[in-house]
Amino acid sequence: MILYLMCFALFLVGVYGLLTKRDLIKLILSIAVMGYAVNLFLILFAYKKDAGIPILLEGVVQGSMVDPLPQALVLTSIVIELGTTALLVALAIRLVQKYKTFDITKIRRLFG
Amino acid sequence: MNDPKNGMTLIVKTVTRVTVWLIVLYGIYLILHGHLTPGGGFGGGVILALAFLNIMLAYGRDATQKWLNIKFLEDIEAVSATLFLFMGILGIALGGRFLMNFLPKGTPHALFSAGTIPILNILIGIKVAMSLFLVVWVLAGLHEEEGGKK
Amino acid sequence: MILPYFIAIPLLSAFLISLIAGKKDYWAILLSTVAGASLLILSIYSMIVQNGETLVYEMGFWKVPIGIVLVQDALTCLMLVLVSLISFTSLLYSVQYIQHMDRNWKYYALFMLLVTGMNGVIITGDLFNLFVFMEIALLSAFALVAYGGKAEEYEAAFKYAVMGALSSILVLVGIAILYSATSTLTMAKIAEKVPSLDPKLLFWVGGIFLAGLGLKAAIMPFHAWLPDAHSSAPAPISAMLSGVLIKVLGIYAMIRLYFNVFGAPELYMNIFLVLGAISIILGGLLSVVQWDMKRLLAYSSVSQIGYILVGLGIGTELGILGAIFHLFSHAIFKSLLFYNAGAVEMALGTRDLRKMGFLGKVMPVTSATSLVGGLAISGIPPFNGFISKLIIIIALIKADAPVYAILAIIGSILTLGAIMKMQRYGFRGETEITKITEKIGWRMQSAMILLAVLCLLSGLLLLPGIREAALDPVVAVLADPGQYMQLVLGR
Repeated sequence: MILYLMCFALFLVGVYGLLTKRDLIKLILSIAVMGYAVNLFLILFAYKKDAGIPILLEGVVQGSMVDPLPQALVLTSIVIELGTTALLVALAIRLVQKYKTFDITKIRRLFG
Repeated sequence: MNDPKNGMTLIVKTVTRVTVWLIVLYGIYLILHGHLTPGGGFGGGVILALAFLNIMLAYGRDATQKWLNIKFLEDIEAVSATLFLFMGILGIALGGRFLMNFLPKGTPHALFSAGTIPILNILIGIKVAMSLFLVVWVLAGLHEEEGGKK
Repeated sequence: MILPYFIAIPLLSAFLISLIAGKKDYWAILLSTVAGASLLILSIYSMIVQNGETLVYEMGFWKVPIGIVLVQDALTCLMLVLVSLISFTSLLYSVQYIQHMDRNWKYYALFMLLVTGMNGVIITGDLFNLFVFMEIALLSAFALVAYGGKAEEYEAAFKYAVMGALSSILVLVGIAILYSATSTLTMAKIAEKVPSLDPKLLFWVGGIFLAGLGLKAAIMPFHAWLPDAHSSAPAPISAMLSGVLIKVLGIYAMIRLYFNVFGAPELYMNIFLVLGAISIILGGLLSVVQWDMKRLLAYSSVSQIGYILVGLGIGTELGILGAIFHLFSHAIFKSLLFYNAGAVEMALGTRDLRKMGFLGKVMPVTSATSLVGGLAISGIPPFNGFISKLIIIIALIKADAPVYAILAIIGSILTLGAIMKMQRYGFRGETEITKITEKIGWRMQSAMILLAVLCLLSGLLLLPGIREAALDPVVAVLADPGQYMQLVLGR
């Protein structure tokens, strides 16, 4: 239970950063932290006490295994987050070039 | 190559020259054994990309650009993705379903087994290695060219 | 089975474009147009032969709870036709528009990835696969919004990307909780296990999904990114985003989750009604005060999404019919209006309504089709918008919700006001404009004319005979939520 709470706390760190920070890079980092919290959550509920790795090895008879599917899901979601982060960073670089500032509150030509 | 203005110090360059092949070898090992052990296309591909990035960091972006054909890497990336899709369509043609495992499965735990999975792993490995390297490459060069598009 | 080709064709063309296009745009245009046309033909063909049945395609012959399944039912077919239609006209329109922006083949590759993502979301029957395809569509949408390379476009794309990443994280949390509770990811399997779940858990999961998918659909409290992103993107992309992307990623995913998986719980139907009504009124009010043509249209998208939600929230067959039909007709006329706005922007170099004037002489096709689109969106009789709004309002009155019916009528009047403003200042203003910087080519004109004709003709879908074949099976998918599970699992 304590692990789930800590995972949730990590998620809240991300939410806090997203809501209060004004720096472009810090916003991107907050989103990344939220993503890691979700990935951790996925891994956590796949965990089973005293279970082995979900891989068939030669000559080893496996008892109970942890759930392998969430690990595959996490791998996919990491790839997706990598793509999102790369795109966000590219956009941030361009924004800084155009507006000459990292402050999100000063980047507002669009309104309404 | 050993231009002191570009990249890091001579020590880093020398160490990189020695270790980068070990990294590449490890990446290839992970990709080839993807159907037997943890790892596989994505993990191995990331390690391959890191090998390339290592060179870029040690020698500098300009020096790397001189002997590394970036356009060729982009083409490899597109080709591997296309081939992956063709493997899926071949599955329809030979097995009846998309991504069907149409090759003989072989004996478990052998290197050449599990039908199409090793082939798909290799293709994913190449794709991941190239795209990850190119993403960082493009981001590193983004501040130089003004106005263009990623 | 042609189901996997809906993913394979656009994906293949995207890869091939990046492989062989090189410096020449010619191949990119050819490949993407061929892919778009073949998708259109395939989707119409599959709609005709599908005949109200539910087809299940198991990827790689893995059986249902283990592998990924693709599901094709009546709703899938309708959405596929819609996406293919809008993307085909958008491609036709893009050829000149993108040349005018002096850009290259990367546009077409990204466009094809966008189509891949949307088709994937529509045909998949697996919850996590849905998420992956959503991300493919979203990532290419971010890049396409920023395509023009101006400061405002980067700003809008950044905002959109932050919001999109947040919504994806929320959806992933929802999927994780559902998986931990049911230990399966196939939607039909989850639907089978939903009745035995704790109602509290369903309440929270539903809330998380509502926030995540609501962000993607731009329902009122979550709408902040939409006007920026949709007005900054190039016009054909605005049409794709407003016309189909928010519907596929938001509304369609919601339909699948709340109707087919959760079995249309009363609580969420009421939330849909309330959020929909708020969206209708506030979206309408905000669109009336805009002076930027594309921004006006973007806000009216929020309002029209509200209609679809209200129709879904009623939950009766008539309401669902109205919602589905409004989804279909809104995609057509909103894309048409965005094409018009893009043509005006290209010809005059501005989107500001105050700087426009009488355009009937120099751009006859654009101003005529914009009149058709405007009349359709504000619900004037012979066009499809009138019919769909009428069905929703009748359904509201029949379902004993007169307050919502009045709100819907007010929203319709607000839309009419916004469109009147656009017509009055944008196309029929006092100052006659005689000189335009760039002529509108035949491809752009044909895309606009095609959609304008469809505005008129798609009302025919409701004729007895056609309606039984085209729309009633779609309504049946939603009106009896448990049916989906039984058909997919084959029992």
